[in-house]
This record gives sequence, structure tokens and C-alpha cells, in this order.
Amino acid sequence: MKTFRIGGVHPSENKLSAGKAIETLTLPKQAVFPLSQHIGAPATAIVKKGDVVKVGTKIAEAGGFVSAPIFSSVSGKVNKVDTVIDASGYRKPAIFIDVDGDEWEETIDRSTELVKECSLTPEEIVAKIKEAGVVGMGGACFPTHVKLCPPPGCKAQCVIINAVECEPYLTADHRLMLEKPEQILVGVTLLMKAAKVNKAYIGIENNKPDAIKLMQEKAVAYPGIEIVPLKVKYPQGGEKQLIDAVIGRQVPAPLAIPINVGAVVQNVGTAYAVYEAVQKSKPLFERVVTVTGKSVKNPSNFLTRMGTPISQLIEAAGGMPEDTGKVIGGGPMMGKALANTEVPICKGSSGVLLMNDKEAARAEAQPCIRCAKCVGVCPMGLEPFLLATLSSYKEWERVEKEDIMSCIECGSCQFTCPSHRPMLDYIRLGKGTVGGIIRARNAKK
Amino acid sequence: MNLILIAVISLGAIGLVAAVILFVASKKFAVYEDPRIAQVAEVLPQANCGGCGYPGCNGFADACVKAGSLEGKLCPVGGQPVMAKVASILGLEAGTAEPMVAVVRCNGSCEHRPHTTQYDGAVSCAVAHATYGGETGCAYGCLGCGDCVAACQFDAIHMNPETGLPEVDEEKCTACGACKKACPRNIIEIRPKGKNNRRVYVSCVNKDKGAIARKACEVSCIGCGKCVKVCPFEAITLENNLAYIDPAKCRLCRKCEPECPQGTIIAKNFPPRKPKVESDPGTETVKLAAAKVVALKTETVKAELSVTETPKVEISKMEEPKGKTPKAEA
Repeated sequence: MKTFRIGGVHPSENKLSAGKAIETLTLPKQAVFPLSQHIGAPATAIVKKGDVVKVGTKIAEAGGFVSAPIFSSVSGKVNKVDTVIDASGYRKPAIFIDVDGDEWEETIDRSTELVKECSLTPEEIVAKIKEAGVVGMGGACFPTHVKLCPPPGCKAQCVIINAVECEPYLTADHRLMLEKPEQILVGVTLLMKAAKVNKAYIGIENNKPDAIKLMQEKAVAYPGIEIVPLKVKYPQGGEKQLIDAVIGRQVPAPLAIPINVGAVVQNVGTAYAVYEAVQKSKPLFERVVTVTGKSVKNPSNFLTRMGTPISQLIEAAGGMPEDTGKVIGGGPMMGKALANTEVPICKGSSGVLLMNDKEAARAEAQPCIRCAKCVGVCPMGLEPFLLATLSSYKEWERVEKEDIMSCIECGSCQFTCPSHRPMLDYIRLGKGTVGGIIRARNAKK
Repeated sequence: MNLILIAVISLGAIGLVAAVILFVASKKFAVYEDPRIAQVAEVLPQANCGGCGYPGCNGFADACVKAGSLEGKLCPVGGQPVMAKVASILGLEAGTAEPMVAVVRCNGSCEHRPHTTQYDGAVSCAVAHATYGGETGCAYGCLGCGDCVAACQFDAIHMNPETGLPEVDEEKCTACGACKKACPRNIIEIRPKGKNNRRVYVSCVNKDKGAIARKACEVSCIGCGKCVKVCPFEAITLENNLAYIDPAKCRLCRKCEPECPQGTIIAKNFPPRKPKVESDPGTETVKLAAAKVVALKTETVKAELSVTETPKVEISKMEEPKGKTPKAEA
């Protein structure tokens, strides 16, 4: 069975909510939409206080090419356009909407019927995806239409669908595949058409045998789509790792993008969102979110409207356990501890993980013993201990030469370190700073 | 014997030739360096802190010699005595640069600023700042990981374990600016030491709106602008909900300090305020007199009010005292 070649770790899977069907969460009292939910320029609000909106009304326009519009997930009145504390504890501009009923825009097709046929041209499909505000649902939130418009000189050869869900605990993509397989496959077909290719691979890790089996059965009816079972290894869901695992091509460093090796990688959730956007004219305003944790009463998968506060999801999963040590937005490996639980669900929120005190406690950092375990597990072939040390000394020039920008922040190095060194903390700092330096340099040119 | 002789002679010849080449090269390719640069460098403290704005002490010495004037040049470590020595070497007049000191503009100790979360990442302000807003509700205030302490070469800044905030040792601080650079939140400012080491400054950098800032910290600047109004020298500006006292304009009158509803404005190294009556006869008596006038006026107004009010009282009640008064008079 296939997997990627360099590095990787095996954290315990803990897929507690894998057997739980997707439930629809009740509407929040107030929905909050941060204007910066994606990579790229923040969206600009086009509503003001007192405006009445419906479900699916556009409330913010894309702020540039690499950006995406934002749609209301509720119907009601705009309360204010103000700032909200985001997941990182900093204040960011956001739109607040008081919920009143559940009235949808007439353009949205609300029937559950499967629509297979699509007569649109590739350009029209991309335009529709762009107009629906679809972004990568895996967590990075890169606007999908940008990936489908290859830069000059590059040509896509295949679409790779990321259904790996290598993060422990999370089961949102797994459940989506079990419950909406046909819709996903139609979405993949649309992505293939948009990228002008006739081959697509869906990479699924073999810890989801039911999903592999179901998708293989259904995929027979869709020409060009191949299901690729993969050996479980973290971080297989990384774009570059997945390409290596599925088609055996390595994306050259530094800063090369998958299209350089002819691949367009999309998350399985994105494929579903593309299906809804193109076939049902439904913009992206809801997604499946896993709420899980060892002490959580009912680990569940919720179909959640964006803008719902995370506290409501926790409540729906049986409330906050007493021994909660950390609330994490995303999975345990790459997720971020939240500064408060009133943070709204955004386009990239794949899960909420409640870690108990014991799991959440970080062991005290000891001196590096030069065992090079971090070097062995780094899926990008970097030297994490060196990057971390240089970043802590603020040696930005050297750390750039050591290729810090190739780091995908998967956290394998810190996971495996026997001295519990906070390597990723420093590498993130270095990556952020070097990224700023590079941007400033390019701006000068 | 012969072998040893050959070796000595040949080595001696090689040495001689090399010496000639080196001598010619040293004369031909000699680079003239002003001997005063070395002299100036010698009197500098050689801390190489970069506080003067030049790359190390030699760089500063070079700049001093080449500039031809010492205006605006100051070694923050050596201060005025060292600059006087430099001036005497160069035969110039030492510039009158104002002594500066590092000022920590955050007063959010644990009691003023309740913790909302707990940070357990790498012990570094830079990392904490890049990761999230901090352990308290204030996303601008001190993170308390001590990057400034680590950056100081002069042992002049320390964390106070009680408040969790860094404190500057004014005696040791050379205002080199290393802590200012290390602080990811730009909390530390290099300000003039001021007359008799006295300074007035806003001890907050929170740019949030008043209500949000107040909720996060008891001693945050809420941008109310009271200090701006009271300042007679227009030294205080209000930008992004944050007041800033310009040290160049501030005359240390301390009028703003009691005006601040949050107690954010700090007046450092001033003697304790005396009760107003005893202090400074000149202006204070005028004020007192004015206050008295105001007091008198209010009294008269009150009296008038009571006069005008009395006729409104019912006549039956008015008659009663009438009956009593003659008795009292008698």
C-alpha cells in the first residue's frame, strides 16, 4: 500500500466520533462572520447595521484575486460591523447578525436530489466556485478558484482529492464520505472539468475501510476517478505528502506549488462544497465539524452554520467536561488552542477538540540531546532542531537559507522529541518573520 | 654539516625575500587610518551594544572622527563624561545630548489585569506574541516572558515576580534600546530621563476602544481625552484610543496625572503631592481665592433659592411662626 517517502509519525488515532452520523446543529442566536476566514486579502463588508439578510445572502465581497466572498448562514438583521476576538485572541473585523427565523435565498436549490449533469464550461464552473466563496476546507482555507487557475506555463494533469484526514480525532471528512459519496464524486467530476483533466485520485487512509469500500463501489459509475487506499501515516494530508503518496512525484523545494508537478489538490470537503455551489447554487455557509475529546460525553459530527459560536457546539456534544485542559480548534497535531470559546465556526474549522488536563499538559523542555529524531520524522526533509535554535537566536538570514519556508508546520518534530522541546513554536515564529522579510524584499523590487 | 648549512642558508634566503616583499607591500598598499579613531575607541566602553546607532564602539569612533562634529552623537553607556573625553581627543565640543532611559509602558500586573488563559508554549515573548493575544484580555500589554531581560547587557531590567512586569533599574540603564527592540509589542520606549529624573508618561499601549480596554485591564488607557484637555502645553495627543505624552513638550506640571480616571498616567520620581494650601504661594493662592469666590457665589445662589422658595409655603403654615416670633422677641 502506498504512502509518502520522507519522515512521518504515527500518533494514536482516537477517532471517537467515527461511528456518529452527521447531525444538523440548531441555529445560533447570533452569528458572527470574521472578514478574514481565508488565506489572502480579507473580504470587505457590503452590509451595514440594520440590513436584513437571508440565508445565502452575500455579506462581504472578495478583497482581491486571492480572496473569497462571505455569505450569511442565517436570516436576520445585521447587528453591527465591529471587531471580534478571533481564535488567536486578537481582535479582527467581523459582521454580527441577529438570527430571526430561517429564510433562504430563492436561488438556492434546497432539494436533496442528486444532480449529476452539468452543461457549464470549465470557465463557468470556476466562476461559480469563485462566486460561492469556496475555499479549501481542510484548514488552510486557500481560495479554491485560485488553485483551478494555473499560472502561465503550468498545466494540470490530474486532480488529487485529499480524503486522508490524517489528524487524530477528526472524523468530519470520513462521515461526509459515508453519507454523501455521490455528491462528492459529482464534485470531483466538476473539479476535473474545471481543471481540464480527465484523471482524479481520491486518497483515503486505510483506517477508514468503510469509506474506501463505499467510494470504490460508487466510483465505478464515474469515469476517470480512482480511489487510492493509503497506509496510515501523519502528515499524509499535507498537500506535498499526498502528491508523493498518490502519484509518486515530489514537489521540488523551495516554495514550489503542486501545479509544478501537474497536480491540483483539493480536500474532500471542498469537492462537496463545489458540488453544492455549482449544482445547487448554494454558497459556502455550512460545514461538518467534529466535536470530540476523551472526556466529552457525546463526541459528534455536526453540520454547522458558519458563525455559530464554538460554545454552542460544545454544549450540543454534552457540555464542557470538568477536566478540560485545553479547547483546540482543529486537530491535536496542527490545531490551535483557543483563547475563548465564543470564537465562531469559520470556513476552515474542521473540528473542536476538548483535551483533558492530562493530555493538555506540556512536559517541561529539556536540553537537546542531538538524537536527530526530529530530522528523521520531518516530512519535508528539514532539520527542525536547527531551525528552532536559529529562530530563537533570531538568525533570520541563516534560517532562511536552511529553508524554513518549506516547513509545513505539521508538528511531527515536536511530537517525537524525547526532550519535549518546543521546536514548532520557534519555527512558526521564524517562518512568520522570514515570510515578512521576503514579502518586504519582493515589495521593494 | 654541509646539509645543515644549506638548509640554514636557503631558509634564510627565503625569509629575506619574503621580508622584502612584505615590506614593499606594506608601504605600497598601506591604508591611512586616522590614529584618532583608535584613540577614541580606547576611551569608549567597548560594550558594543549598538545603543549609539552605530555598529559597535569602533563604528562609533570612526563616525565621530569622520563627522567633524559631535552634535547628536552620544555614547549611552559612557554618557557625558566619555563624550567629554572624546571631545578633548578630537578637539571638538561635546554635543549636549539629553540622557535617556528605558520606560516600560504597561502597568497590567496580575491584580490589574486578570488572567483569562494560561500560556504553556516556549518561554519567549516573541513566540507568545506570534501565537496569540496573551494570557489576559489585553492583546497589547506585557506578555511577561522576559525577552527584554534577556536582551539587556547591563543587568538593568528585571522581572518583578509580584507584578509579573519588567522593571528598569534607572542607575544601570544606558538607554541602548536593546530591550525596546526585543519587545514584540513595542511596550518599552526610550524617553528622556527628564529634569531630576522626573518623568510623566502614559503607562499603557492598548489601542482598543475604551470599554474593551477597561474590561481587560483596570489601569488601561481608555482614550477619554481628559488629559489632553487639561494639558496646558499641548503635549498630549490622542490617537487610536491611546494618549501619548510628548516628552519634548511636556513641562512636568503633573496636571494630567490626577485627571486620569484609570490612573494610567505615571509621574515618576516626583516628591509626594503636598496638600494644596501649603504649596507654592504664587499661583496657588490665586486659585484658592478663585475657589473661595466660587464657594461664596454658590452660597448666595442657595440663599436666593431659599428666599424665593419661602413665599410658596402655604399661608396657614406661615401664620404659625408669626405667632411664635413675638414670644421669642419678648
